[in-house]
Amino acid sequence: MPLSEKDVMWVEEPKLGLLGQLYLPIVYDGLMTTVRHIFSKKLTESYPEQEPTLPPNYRGVHRLNRDEQSRVKCVACYMCATACPAHCIDIVAAPAPAEWTDREKYPETFVIDELRCIYCGMCEEACPVDAIELTTLYDLTGLSREEMIFDKEKLLSVFDQTTAAGTDPVRTRSSNLGPAAEAPPSY
Amino acid sequence: MPEFDILTTLIVIACVIAVVMPLVGYLTLGERKVSAWIQDRVGPNRVGPLGLLQPLADGGKFFLKEAPIPSHVDKVFYLLAPAVAMATALIAFAVVPWGATVAQPAPVAMTATMDGKPSALEQYEASQKKYHDTFNGVIVPGLDIGILYVFAIGSLAVYGVILGGWSSDNKYSLLGALRSSAQIISYEIPLGMSVVGVVLFAGTLNLEGIIEWQKQHGWFMFYQPLAFLLFMTSVYAECNRLPFDLPEAEQELVGGYLTEYGSLNFGMFMLGEYTHMITTSLLMSILFFGGWSFFGLEDVSTSPLWGFVIKTLILLAKMGFFLTLYLLIRWTIPRFRFDQLMGLAWKVMIPLALLHLLATMLVRQFSLPNVVLTVASVALFVGAGVVGLMVGTAPNNKPRRVAAKVEVTTAS
Repeated sequence: MPLSEKDVMWVEEPKLGLLGQLYLPIVYDGLMTTVRHIFSKKLTESYPEQEPTLPPNYRGVHRLNRDEQSRVKCVACYMCATACPAHCIDIVAAPAPAEWTDREKYPETFVIDELRCIYCGMCEEACPVDAIELTTLYDLTGLSREEMIFDKEKLLSVFDQTTAAGTDPVRTRSSNLGPAAEAPPSY
Repeated sequence: MPEFDILTTLIVIACVIAVVMPLVGYLTLGERKVSAWIQDRVGPNRVGPLGLLQPLADGGKFFLKEAPIPSHVDKVFYLLAPAVAMATALIAFAVVPWGATVAQPAPVAMTATMDGKPSALEQYEASQKKYHDTFNGVIVPGLDIGILYVFAIGSLAVYGVILGGWSSDNKYSLLGALRSSAQIISYEIPLGMSVVGVVLFAGTLNLEGIIEWQKQHGWFMFYQPLAFLLFMTSVYAECNRLPFDLPEAEQELVGGYLTEYGSLNFGMFMLGEYTHMITTSLLMSILFFGGWSFFGLEDVSTSPLWGFVIKTLILLAKMGFFLTLYLLIRWTIPRFRFDQLMGLAWKVMIPLALLHLLATMLVRQFSLPNVVLTVASVALFVGAGVVGLMVGTAPNNKPRRVAAKVEVTTAS
């Protein structure tokens, strides 16, 4: 809808009083504000010394979750690789070992190219067994491109690392986060 | 004028430069720190304890960086401009007292020689000898054109800006330089006129003499507060400090006349600018706040050495106060529009300065008590406000489009 003349409201500048015309009282007011800010609490976080506290739904480096028997949770269904808009997930599936009675397949290799990934979190959403998750690790660095291609062991080690540090992502922590983080009830 | 001991003068020059240069460096650090604090940040704190070595790192960077000269510039003037900016700022320092000073003795009236008393010539020579033997906290003591010299050199500083802007062959630079010249020339007028009142009372252009007058009669701040206000405002404009930093308004002009400069060339411009801030802070303390005098505190010690130290510290403390005010004002008042800037100078400050000068002359001519001038000064200031109120919003504040009153009707 185009803006009609009636919708436009002109606001007039407020008139200055005598004190306003003298400028100085207003400047004094401003000076008091700036001086107050000099002594107020600083908001700076000194980064390397002071790590930021990130929200649990932050989308950082991936991890592959382990189940209670510390096996990889993934069932190699390819849903994440299909959902991935950047095509950075490469899975090679293999029949599950005979003693793993709860599934048919497991990932023989599970590779994520962290340089290609756009950290959109769609793999996490697609996963039917909550096996892949994005953690709050943000300071990811490497000296070569090869170094930034994470294989299954590396991704599992990220799980170990974050679990040890107590920074599980939001899904894994849902029980600790109150009702808002839980899945909606099914009717 | 007394004769100079060239060696002493050279040593004093070396000492002053050795103090002013680091002071400029730490002023840049102070600027960044205060800006940060006002914005609730911490500021530079990585180089050395609390970031105190930051100026060293900055200076080192300026020296070590390549100084690129763009191919399209006029090389001679491009390189001359920063030199002019820095040199004028440093030269102006020559007559500004930075410590305790003694005014030059007045000439002695020739009278008939009485028996047993020294003759006028002997008296004069004795006083000159005493003056000559006292150490003065200024590079060129007893220069009779004192304040005139400061303004003459200070006006030359605009050449650095104009040359830099013109020789850069860049539209932003040229625009910044043109704005700057218009601004500096406009504000030079109230600047000069606000000081005439001080000179009329002190009866000398010599800065030591002006301090001496204030020591005896009280600070000029108490007699001519309006002149101080005009002086301070003009000086902020002269230094291109916010709220008058239009020559280098980043949002509009990239870097203004500094756009094409890098490394040490840029550093010299900066140096000149900050030296100018120091000089003008000293001038404000000297002209209006009594220089090294502070309600008798300067006479606490009778020993010449301690007296000198105390007076110097008082003067430097006043300078520090005005420097801090520079930094605070920067984040307090937003930048003026260019027409507002010109309007302030020509429509407000110059008439006010003229009227104030008139009041000063009247008080001086009819030998009225100094308090009358205080009253006149304040009355002029309030009067200006009342005039502004009666005229309504000044034309420069009006919105560009005429405001139309529209009945706001709610849709039923």
